[in-house]
Amino acid sequence: MSNFPQFNVLEEAILVEKPEKKEPLGVLFWICVGWIGLNIVGAIFANVLPIENPLFQNYSLVNAGPSLHHLFGTDDLGRDIFSRVVYGSRVSLSVGAGAMLIGFGVGAPLGMLAAFRRGRFDAILTNVMYVLLAFPAIIATIAILSFWTPRTLFKIIVVIGIASVPLVYRVIRTATLSVATKDFIVAAKVQGATDRRILLRELMPNIAPIAISFLLIGVATVIALEGALAFLGLSVNPPTPSWGNMINESRTILQMNPWLVIFPSAALCLFLLCLNFIGDRLRHHFDVTEVKL
Amino acid sequence: MLRYVLRRIVMLIAICFIISVGSFYLIHLLPGNITTVIEGPGASPENQAKLYKLLGLNKPIYQQYFVWIGNVLRGNLGTSFISQTSVASTIRAALPIDLEIMFLSQILAFATAIPIAMRSARKPDGWLDRTFSAGSFTLLSVPTFIVIVLMVLFISVKLGVPHTGPSSYVSFSQDWIGNLESLALPAVALAIGSFVVYYRVLRSDLIATLQEEFITMARSKGLSQRRIMWRHAFRPSSVALLGAAGVNIGGLLASGFVVQYLLNIPGLGYTLISAINMSDYLLVQGIVLVVSVGVVLINFIFDFIINIVDPRISRE
Repeated sequence: MSNFPQFNVLEEAILVEKPEKKEPLGVLFWICVGWIGLNIVGAIFANVLPIENPLFQNYSLVNAGPSLHHLFGTDDLGRDIFSRVVYGSRVSLSVGAGAMLIGFGVGAPLGMLAAFRRGRFDAILTNVMYVLLAFPAIIATIAILSFWTPRTLFKIIVVIGIASVPLVYRVIRTATLSVATKDFIVAAKVQGATDRRILLRELMPNIAPIAISFLLIGVATVIALEGALAFLGLSVNPPTPSWGNMINESRTILQMNPWLVIFPSAALCLFLLCLNFIGDRLRHHFDVTEVKL
Repeated sequence: MLRYVLRRIVMLIAICFIISVGSFYLIHLLPGNITTVIEGPGASPENQAKLYKLLGLNKPIYQQYFVWIGNVLRGNLGTSFISQTSVASTIRAALPIDLEIMFLSQILAFATAIPIAMRSARKPDGWLDRTFSAGSFTLLSVPTFIVIVLMVLFISVKLGVPHTGPSSYVSFSQDWIGNLESLALPAVALAIGSFVVYYRVLRSDLIATLQEEFITMARSKGLSQRRIMWRHAFRPSSVALLGAAGVNIGGLLASGFVVQYLLNIPGLGYTLISAINMSDYLLVQGIVLVVSVGVVLINFIFDFIINIVDPRISRE
């Protein structure tokens, strides 16, 4: 996992200089939230929206530029690019959400437990995770997806999700460690609170801000990874549209139809930018700086 | 130091072992009869026998691993049943191209990121710092595969700059100037991705370092700004930079794959993707193994260099 392209950002995210006071979230933050929301709504309700069928091929209108009828134009098979971009967000969003669900579902509880219990459990688990972290995850993902055929969305989510577990584990563990030694945890222990109560009621709310901003950046990383896999033709099979495979299809006809690459690229980059921005703002807002990896 | 290095070597061996088990097991993820999937339904009995011998297929699975790893350690990764060439020689031909692209891009990235980060850190929140911080944050959200597609679209297709488009690759031994021209676009695309990371890491670390007391001390001694930056601030901060570079290698390699795929540059990435598309599984397995071990080795070397720059790390 250590080799996901944007990994350093996550690392850096926790090491930046400290702002003096609680920073306001700002207008841009809410614009980004709105954009993400719009994308999610679009992805969920794509088949109820009044847009063309993304698989419908209109051979009399091939490689057309943007017009009122086809907002983003049509591709080399006469399919409407706008509706393909809208439908394409489904793949990216499900990979982002699904993979992080697996990553956090497995990595976060393990990380919290390890940091809370310490001892041999922690030592063994952390060493195992470090070994896994050293493994070039992108290569592993490509390798597994190339052998584990046929490639389906479900398999892609599972492979990327599992690959993200060690990284989530490490971040959550270090975050928990920094909280677990604080006085109020000791106080809770002295009062005789159960482990379960301490983990859920004392530790969890305190690491939630870090976890959430990390989660958003993680979703962005995973979506970028799926895009790259789709670009290489290793994600969902055509004709199902996804932002990555639309860009892949466009690469041979760049000369004829530049719109086919520009719109899905813009959709993907804007989405990632908003996620990264929200994650970054939240981190500043909650002043997540004391944790050191 | 010695203890630290020994511990790292043990770890390295453990990781290589896990990688080898993983690469070995890949073949067993294939659905159906392995020989038919790999060699196709019309495979001759001799070829099937050869594959059986290479993979030790008639033995229990843990023994198969030892048969396979024995062959691998002797440099025998099998023979591709599609191109009839040995996997090892295909990899040997493709690997230098990957290394060259990575090398060029890293030179570009360091040569730009270090001076700009220093400038930025000298006046945090100045115009230069604001521009590059905002710019690099935006670029973080642009995956390399989009960078390279857009570069090809605007530079080689729209502007028509020669020797930059797809399939314009020239090998180094054939014509080294042409080779550099054809690798210019890939190198710049990868350099952008690395620059963003290096700039951000070095900038924030330098800002922190410049607030240390020994910097104030150096300033009050009347040392020049340049000397303080390079001799006093850069060395402690370079640890973070090297760390980022080490972590970056895997992603860089994958970006290299993407670039080769788009521009038809016959490096490992291009070979890997075409092998996947042609179901040339032994070649895929070989590339995966070599590349994974390579990344882990490079990471190990980076760890070692970091230790030399900052010996305190190994004492912890």
